[in-house]
Amino acid sequence: MLANEALNTKEPATGIHPTRFLLMLMMVSIFMIFAAYTSAYIVRRNEGNWLEFDLPAGFLYTTILLVLSSATVQWAWLAARRNDLKQVRLALVLTFGLGLAFLVGQWLLWGQLIDQRVFFAGTDSNPSGSFLYVLTGVHGFHLITGLIFLLIVVRKSFKYQVHSREMLSIGNVTIYWHFLGVLWLYLYLFLLLNH
Amino acid sequence: MAANFPMQEQVQGGIGATEPGHDHAHHDEHHEQSFLQKYVFSTDHKMIAKQFLITGIFWAIVGGTLSSLFRLQLGWPEATLEWLKPFLGKWIEAGKLNPEFYLALVTMHGTIMVFFVLTAGLSGTFSNFLIPLQIGARDMASGFMNMLSYWFFFVSSVIMFASLFIETGPAAAGWTIYPPLSALPQAIPGSGAGQTLWLVSLALFIVSQLLGGVNYITTVINLRTQGMSMSKLPLTIWAFFLTAVLGLLSFPVLFSAALLLIFDRSFGTSFFLSDIYIAGQALPNTGGSPILFQHLFWFLGHPEVYIVILPAMGMVSEILATNSRKPIFGYRAMIGSLLGISLLSFVVWAHHMFVTGMNPFLGSVFMFLTLIIAVPSAVKVFNWLATIWRGNLRFTTAMLFSIGFVSLFIAGGLTGIVLGNAALDIQLHNTYFVVAHFHLVMGSSAFFGLWAGVYHWFPKMFGRMMDEKLGYLHFWLTFIGVYLVFLPMHYVGIAGFPRRYYAWTGFDTFSQFADLNKFISVAAIVAFLGQFIFIFNFFWSIWRGRRATENPWNSNTLEWTTPVVPGHGNWPGDIPAVHRWPYDYSKPGAEQDFIPQTVPFSQTQSSNLPYEKEME
Repeated sequence: MLANEALNTKEPATGIHPTRFLLMLMMVSIFMIFAAYTSAYIVRRNEGNWLEFDLPAGFLYTTILLVLSSATVQWAWLAARRNDLKQVRLALVLTFGLGLAFLVGQWLLWGQLIDQRVFFAGTDSNPSGSFLYVLTGVHGFHLITGLIFLLIVVRKSFKYQVHSREMLSIGNVTIYWHFLGVLWLYLYLFLLLNH
Repeated sequence: MAANFPMQEQVQGGIGATEPGHDHAHHDEHHEQSFLQKYVFSTDHKMIAKQFLITGIFWAIVGGTLSSLFRLQLGWPEATLEWLKPFLGKWIEAGKLNPEFYLALVTMHGTIMVFFVLTAGLSGTFSNFLIPLQIGARDMASGFMNMLSYWFFFVSSVIMFASLFIETGPAAAGWTIYPPLSALPQAIPGSGAGQTLWLVSLALFIVSQLLGGVNYITTVINLRTQGMSMSKLPLTIWAFFLTAVLGLLSFPVLFSAALLLIFDRSFGTSFFLSDIYIAGQALPNTGGSPILFQHLFWFLGHPEVYIVILPAMGMVSEILATNSRKPIFGYRAMIGSLLGISLLSFVVWAHHMFVTGMNPFLGSVFMFLTLIIAVPSAVKVFNWLATIWRGNLRFTTAMLFSIGFVSLFIAGGLTGIVLGNAALDIQLHNTYFVVAHFHLVMGSSAFFGLWAGVYHWFPKMFGRMMDEKLGYLHFWLTFIGVYLVFLPMHYVGIAGFPRRYYAWTGFDTFSQFADLNKFISVAAIVAFLGQFIFIFNFFWSIWRGRRATENPWNSNTLEWTTPVVPGHGNWPGDIPAVHRWPYDYSKPGAEQDFIPQTVPFSQTQSSNLPYEKEME
């Protein structure tokens, strides 16, 4: 009776499941963090005393990895709609692997930055370098939350809880993962244009 | 393959299906909850609201005590405070308050009042309590996240409270924690461990606010009962909704700034620090910009004052209409002005920074935008006054506090127009004029909104009424006290009396204000002591108050259609559907002077307006 109540006695709203709506709002607040950092970056850069250095070329490769992972997570979603669970698992695990590879890549690039004598902190550091570490680091942190979310959905897919009639969790993880990808593209383009 | 899955699974992923509905179906069958589930780790929005309220009251006592301490110092700068030694310990040195501890007191008073009382205690309490009840929902979109929201706040509170007792003292760089003062322990002892705890506590606080805020927004958008369109929402809900939107957009920015400050303090980066010498020693930090911190901080800081005041505005609108027995004047204009204030709140932050040497052209842009806020604010004031104009006023305690709110909002708002002008602000910046302004317009007003809300919704929270006589006493003491404290403060401010000074006795210019300062201190301490009447009334009434009826104020909104003390799921039967707006008070031709939102037009044919006839 009460399950029906939920369907019939509500004022028509957005048509989006509340959980998904919560996720979207959280994406808005995550975006606001980066909006703050990138605008702080521009303001600070215009004040001078700004170390100019070359962005490591490797960021292009990690970017490609993340774009690929967006494709695989979309593949998982499409497979779930077709109830092809084997493909769902394969695609989700692939996405997880690509995401992990992206993080490892970012880590290696931090090492490369240090070799370039661009430091996060300390006497030789400059805000221009510190900002790069903060932008990549905070994005990396959110990517880790995305990886955890992926693992939860992988587990669900092994328990047969992901299929064409139960698309909520896989839909949410797809949306979140695309968001993290687009966020990174924004940061990458921002860094390219402001270097 | 799909045919194998049971029906219930289909509903779960389907559009519009709601988890609270499922939850409720479960809880209706076996109602026994353990003590821990019911009172501690509760996911029921009403219990979480009470948790926020009682924690908020605790914090208000702490914040008020701190202000009484520094008012003692300001009122009697020459007096010996040795008698406070058992309470303050080593912070009393040879009968004198430690000057750095004075700054810590001011800092913690601001932090506690702005964040822990007027953000968490006010919108945490009433958004939680009223959103599901007034829109006709069983609970919040995610009860679990709602519970987390409170417990993050609780942990954040514990850390902030603990920081009051550490050896180097709590944070002392002001509630705005401007670096470099807040970044360098060499500058002031409070910037050591105290500031670290402050930042950790605030980070947790932000998480709590975001968990709560996304829940409020989702619930208002998705879980309204049938018929409850956005244009039939009580103004309280509009206010809570927009408050949550402001928090969602501005708190992450504070988080960003706090994270950079943490890196500067503990990891050796230089986002906000540059070219600093302390005791002849040059610090290694170069390239930072302290002004950048101010921009980031005030991008939150300004919306924050609206996060504090909007819920109060919403509740006051509701209480004024109910107790005037009149529809709210200009319902749509009220929503429009809330939207206008919310929008403008994001483009005025630099009016806190007129003295940072900003480009005068930029300053005049921010000045212009700031002054525009007077327009929606004036719309609201006009509508409140027009609502009570020739109304059939019922002076309940909540009504008195609502009228008090309007009075304080006008008195404090007028000086906002003064301070919004860059040329005047440069003169008045960092004087007590600013202190008087924001304590009236946002501090006291929001507190009045909070009290109005408590007195008005207490019967629904605890099933009993608060005592009216004690309420009147509380109101008059507070109302007169607030004006006696803050009106003279404008005057000393115009005379140039600076903020944040531990003692002014060294300056001849200001020593003539000694009497006035004593007066302010006496008024402040008496008004603070008056709050214990409220606290007694509150706790006494929880157990001993007169028993309430379902709808003691003859109000129209949905929460008054629930049982005296609503249980888990709010309505024992079906959720009521809504047919009309919430302000049908004293409608000509109606049998009673109020028509609840649940009454269809077919039952009120004698009072229907021509266009409503079609909906009968």
